[in-house]
Amino acid sequence: MPNKTFFWFFLPTGLAMILFIGLPIISTGIQSFYAQHDQVVKEVKKCDPFGCTVSIVVDQEKTSKIREEKPLGKFNGFGTYVDRNHLAIKEIGKFWDETNSFGEFVDQVTNLPFYKALIFTLTYCLFVTPNVLLLGFIIALSLNAVTRRIRGPLIFGTILPMIVTPLVGSLVLFWMIDAEGIIGANLQMLMDDPYLSLKSSKTLTWITIIIYGIWHHSPFAFVVFYAALQTVPQEPVEAAIIDGASRWQRVRHIVLPHIYPVVTFVALISLMDNFRVFEPIIGFSAEGSAQSLSWLIYDNLVNEEVILFGSAAATSMMTIVGIAILLAPVLIRTWKEFRTAR
Amino acid sequence: MEYGLDKRSNALKIFNTTFIIVWLLVACFPFIWTFWGSFKVRADFFSRADWWYAITAFNTLLETGGKFTTDAYSQAWTEGEFWKASRNTVIVTFFVVTISLFLGTLGAYALSRSTRNYAFWILIAALIFRAMPHITLVSGYLFPFFQLQIWGILPTTIVVLVAINQPFTLWLLYSFFKTVPKELDESALIDGCSYFQAFRHIIMPVMWPGVITAGLFSLMLAYNDFTVTALLLNQENHTMVPKIQSYLGTNQHEGNLMWAVSAVVSATAPLFMLVMFFQRQVISGLTAGAVKG
Repeated sequence: MPNKTFFWFFLPTGLAMILFIGLPIISTGIQSFYAQHDQVVKEVKKCDPFGCTVSIVVDQEKTSKIREEKPLGKFNGFGTYVDRNHLAIKEIGKFWDETNSFGEFVDQVTNLPFYKALIFTLTYCLFVTPNVLLLGFIIALSLNAVTRRIRGPLIFGTILPMIVTPLVGSLVLFWMIDAEGIIGANLQMLMDDPYLSLKSSKTLTWITIIIYGIWHHSPFAFVVFYAALQTVPQEPVEAAIIDGASRWQRVRHIVLPHIYPVVTFVALISLMDNFRVFEPIIGFSAEGSAQSLSWLIYDNLVNEEVILFGSAAATSMMTIVGIAILLAPVLIRTWKEFRTAR
Repeated sequence: MEYGLDKRSNALKIFNTTFIIVWLLVACFPFIWTFWGSFKVRADFFSRADWWYAITAFNTLLETGGKFTTDAYSQAWTEGEFWKASRNTVIVTFFVVTISLFLGTLGAYALSRSTRNYAFWILIAALIFRAMPHITLVSGYLFPFFQLQIWGILPTTIVVLVAINQPFTLWLLYSFFKTVPKELDESALIDGCSYFQAFRHIIMPVMWPGVITAGLFSLMLAYNDFTVTALLLNQENHTMVPKIQSYLGTNQHEGNLMWAVSAVVSATAPLFMLVMFFQRQVISGLTAGAVKG
């Protein structure tokens, strides 16, 4: 296709992506270097028969005027990046000097909001992604062994958790797991602990969200693996059976190598999706004990008094860096393949 | 994998069947339970005393005189203004799907027929864009949208959702267009068609399965979105998913939690119907990118 034709065909979608994905990233980058204005204060002298007191109050007029003049806020450089709510360089230095043992130091650092969120996000990715791959593969294998006639409804039932939005999915589970729901109430009876509830323990909340993640994402892995299983050639499998290979050996040495490229694809996609975990935290009302990077940004953006654009943008930029690190191996591999192909 | 040679032992068959039944229970029971519970009063579905009430409908009988009640639905749809939210969802979904498909088919066709390097790099860029968490993009939108005073209205959200949706649509349609033989449009070009005519009259008619799949995914994205709609729309224009969340926020009101339950069912039911009808397309869409590796 000639360049000119390509240009006109691609222009609408290209424009949409540049305007609403490219520019926002740049806009986020710029915003991250600004912080909201401090409130302008003035001294007010109040005198009554008992004497005069000087109190400091916010000068509303001047504050709103300065906000109107420079809506972006004041320039802050990398200030937002290193403040207590983000990388917290100063605090970490202080902890390093003050704490006695390494464990104590780690404890202190992981209590800082950014690191807390980072650790939750990484833990979530680390536990959900492999389990999704495993469960998805097992479901695909066992559904593949079922008679073809009843597979349709079974597949429909299997993909339900995936097609609902994460917020709805987590709510539906939360209503059952909560102390007043069917599973929660039965667990309390089973454990003989009337105070057992999701909100009571941080570990329990994390486990619930991770289980939710596996429940929500496994169907996607299943669908892809299931489709890949349909393309496994029959001859080598039959030859293996004749040679007396066990079922496990057949899966290990014929099926797995065949669908290997698909496994990396699913792993990549689910890693990308898990890294942005956010809605389940709202669905499970788990803000207290589990916060993710995306949730931090959301929290800044729905702030009651003044929207913390700078803070949200700084967290966003660091999230983007995180995504870049995750994607780097894939991009490098693609680039190498591309170069050798030329 | 039904091999004539392959003999499955009975133990394996039983294990397999049990596993599938357990998994289906795990996957579907929460939805069935929520559907069932949405016809009860709050004291039954969220029972402090005994979860068995949700089945025997103890409080529902006391409060409404019947075993099932549709109070939660009627209140959420009228008083809770869920009708407005669903109307907004319909508007957003319709426009997102139409515009996405229009832009996506043009772009993906060009990508699939171009042999230049830049086509490859555009696809890689789209992959990177696909990986961006939506909330980071939203934090980029909010400030400029406030300044331009286009925050809170439906058209802005529609355009944003279309753009966010483009990378995935492009990849999906690209892999579909690749399966359409090049000779088809080349012969049309030789006969004197322009590229657009070839696209419009030769390629599009054979592309319907791909277009339906891409449309379904755009629909699911627009219908299910929470991040963008919750932050870019004002209260008045909220779509269904942020509306459900707003019912949760006002927990102190007795009826509201049941509103959320009935709203969840109302929002999920059409989606399930749709997927039931188009199951084949959903699955072919999910695997289109994958099977190629």
